[in-house]
Amino acid sequence: MENYRLSQLRLLEAESIDIIREVASSVERPVLLYSVGKDSSVLVHLAQKAFHPAPLPFPLLHVDTTLKFKEMYEFRDRFVRSIGAELRVHGSSEVAGTRINPWALGTVKCCSIFKTQALLGAMKEGKYDAAFGGARRDEEKSRAKERVFSFRDEFGQWDPQNQRPELWGLYNTLVNKGESLRIFPLSNWTELDIWQYIHLEKIPVVPMYFAKERDMIVREGRLIPMDGPIPLKDGERPEKVMCRFRTLGCYPCTGAVRSTAATIPAIIEELMSVRDSERITRLIDHDQDASMEQKKREGYF
Amino acid sequence: MTNQPDNSQNPVSFSREADILRFTTAGSVDDGKSTLIGRLLYEAGGLYDDHLASLRGDSKRLLREGMDLSFVTDGLKIEREQGITIDVAYRYFSTPRRNFIIADTPGHEQYTRNMATGASTADLAIVLVDVSRGVTIQSRRHAFIASLLGIRHMVIAVNKMDLVGYQEEAFLKVRKEFESFSTRLSIPDLEYIPVSALCGDNIVSHSDKMPWFQGIPLLKHLENVRIVGDRNLIDLRFPIQSVLRAPNGVRHYAGRLASGVVRVGEDVLILPSHRKTRVKGLTVAGAEEGMAFAPQSIALTLEDEIDIKRGDMVVRAGNMPKISREMEAILVWMDRVPLQTGKVYAIKHTTQTIKASVSRLHFVIAPATLSRSPAGVLQLNDIGRVSLSLFKPLFCDEYSRNRYTGSFIMIDPLTNMTVAAGMVIERGSGAASTLLSAEDQSKNRNIHPQEGDVIGLDRKRLLRQNPATVWLTGLSGSGKSSIAFALEKKLIAAGHVCYVLDGDNLRSGLNRDLNFSPESRRENIRRVAEVARLFNEAGIIIVVSFISPYREDREQARKIIGIDRFLEVHVDAPLSVCEQRDPKGLYKKARAGLIAEFTGVSSPYEPPEKPACFLKTGEESVEACAGQVWELLVNGKFLESHD
Repeated sequence: MENYRLSQLRLLEAESIDIIREVASSVERPVLLYSVGKDSSVLVHLAQKAFHPAPLPFPLLHVDTTLKFKEMYEFRDRFVRSIGAELRVHGSSEVAGTRINPWALGTVKCCSIFKTQALLGAMKEGKYDAAFGGARRDEEKSRAKERVFSFRDEFGQWDPQNQRPELWGLYNTLVNKGESLRIFPLSNWTELDIWQYIHLEKIPVVPMYFAKERDMIVREGRLIPMDGPIPLKDGERPEKVMCRFRTLGCYPCTGAVRSTAATIPAIIEELMSVRDSERITRLIDHDQDASMEQKKREGYF
Repeated sequence: MTNQPDNSQNPVSFSREADILRFTTAGSVDDGKSTLIGRLLYEAGGLYDDHLASLRGDSKRLLREGMDLSFVTDGLKIEREQGITIDVAYRYFSTPRRNFIIADTPGHEQYTRNMATGASTADLAIVLVDVSRGVTIQSRRHAFIASLLGIRHMVIAVNKMDLVGYQEEAFLKVRKEFESFSTRLSIPDLEYIPVSALCGDNIVSHSDKMPWFQGIPLLKHLENVRIVGDRNLIDLRFPIQSVLRAPNGVRHYAGRLASGVVRVGEDVLILPSHRKTRVKGLTVAGAEEGMAFAPQSIALTLEDEIDIKRGDMVVRAGNMPKISREMEAILVWMDRVPLQTGKVYAIKHTTQTIKASVSRLHFVIAPATLSRSPAGVLQLNDIGRVSLSLFKPLFCDEYSRNRYTGSFIMIDPLTNMTVAAGMVIERGSGAASTLLSAEDQSKNRNIHPQEGDVIGLDRKRLLRQNPATVWLTGLSGSGKSSIAFALEKKLIAAGHVCYVLDGDNLRSGLNRDLNFSPESRRENIRRVAEVARLFNEAGIIIVVSFISPYREDREQARKIIGIDRFLEVHVDAPLSVCEQRDPKGLYKKARAGLIAEFTGVSSPYEPPEKPACFLKTGEESVEACAGQVWELLVNGKFLESHD
């Protein structure tokens, strides 16, 4: 019997591959939402495994807020080229010209325009009926309630009280025209699983995840990166801080954590003793109670 | 660098090689469910400081006392506002031994469907009982649904022991109460653990407030319960999910193994075409391997060019699923619109989606009382037994044998909603008894040795063997008894303790009230199986020598004795040879019409479809045949003591 034992990572891998294949063979126009972060890297890696030796049967789509870190853009282009995938970038050009940013609009509106509306626009434009996302249930409490195959109506809205039951790994993939599915193959992975898998499979990730000395604004205990025109308060000036990013988003809303973990094993070791959750540095999760749930209801991932 | 575990002290390898236990809980704040989950997460370090802090904030806003851990699991705003759990939430934590996924579900009747959803992927269920209130309808409902969904391991967490002064009597009372209910369910491994989630008693370590409790604390039990054996690694079932075309034009058949093991070079059969071919190569998650097993996601290449598409199934010629356009099933209804018999629904089963309709609704069962009532309608959260007519044949197995080829969902083609979850059952097994067949209810409650089952282990050590039942089936005169006694002699000579149960010696005593009608034969087999089971439990190897002509009866015996201990051996000789031998002159009498219902002459014999061993007595000596069975016992590690 011991020969037939499957480790946690291999079990999760098998489940994710099954999900990815199921989507590809049961919907018309799937797309993989690629957000450049570590979860996206893992998702793309799993998709490659799922269809090996055939190429990826769907494109990658980056819904670009234009407010990502420079290193993320560099990594994106290099990574996509190296795996030979097709990348489509959906920039919010019409709003980008008017210099939308969270300092002027507040994070709620900024996210709504840049992420939710842009995503819905991109889905419509590409006539995609299914989009993969790298979200995990351990990230946030409303995500813990979401199905692997999350049904969205024609406006991309999530109705948490009326979700399709999901049993055994038998997924209901049926949608009418205009409706869509969001699929989360990494639902059952934890942050630790992701890093252990990256280590095991040698998956490339953005260098910002690794600790080094960076120019940071230290504000109320938070570390704010100087990657763009961040408005400074009186007396604030960048200082060198040994830190890393645990999660990557837009530079105005993503903080770093103090850390010396410069390698994957060091990150894994750090995670095993860490006392704060992954998304504590993501400002948008803390806008109001149930803010993630609200955003998802409106069509956000 | 290899993928082997380097060193358990190395944080990188820690938990990477550990496995996953998925368990389900059900209930509401009142039962202490959330406190229990919160306690498990807390003790395992699965709660982050900022989450705890935000919980306190939430709690304050909603005027609750202190820190209510239900806020850990209730993720939707409406749930937190109303203090109820509405939908399944998944939570994750790990200890150095194991990783855990909790499917946390609500417990009220109107959430039966959510409970079923959570249970469908779980290995274990924790059923909560508030010791101060006794076994409630909710606890019963949860236990029933868990057993219905095929969960083999259950823990009855008798909670709030602090409220009854940690008295053993209170615990035993609950235990007795629950036992009278659980005997009617099918739960091979059932544990009772007295706990106080609030105070942390018997969660991580033994509570000194309950020195009378000799069992294992909850978290330790969760870490140690063995689940590898729950997977079906016997029946090869590989539903084709998609056909991948490599750049060189070769077709790769991709999918997830529903059950069984597959190896490069082995002969397989494709359904529905029944074409035979051979496995040429296989990849597991994209990497080439020589073999694969359930539940891996794989891709196969085959020796022959055969037209294969999504929905087809790869099996072995000697081990086939049922292929049928009629199906008996238990449905858990999940939609607000009730079931309409005769209406066409879509059924998704493995990777096939076909049309089907319910031809008959037999009855509805009340989960809390297990009482059945004939019903004209199946409504939201009802559980009922139905007959289905399928527009195309499905390749399925009984749910109790195969969770993945025995399950399906029903979809309303108009609304696209998933309206029901279905489990395939054997025709006739449930209609005559309760929802679950009698053999399921009585089967192997104590056969799977539990961790810490000292007595069973001591017996094995004492006798230096692992008990098994060798079940010899075949025509009269095929040589069963000769082989049985030759094998017994061989075993005894080697110092093993064994005994032969022979058709004739049992019929002259224990079974003398039975004749040879199909009903009596069935009862005959049932009794023999029960006797064999008792001997096995006493540590003794049993050789059963019985014609046992009906497949269904032998299947019942297999369930009674336990899948792991039942070795079916087909003693095969052509009818003409048996008739020529005719050691007891029975064929002559049967041919003369003096014996009614004589197997092979006036009554059918159904050969085993997948015997553990196949003996050709027309071609080989008795000694050689006994030797083959001996090998079977050696290979199965029955003739050694291992702890």
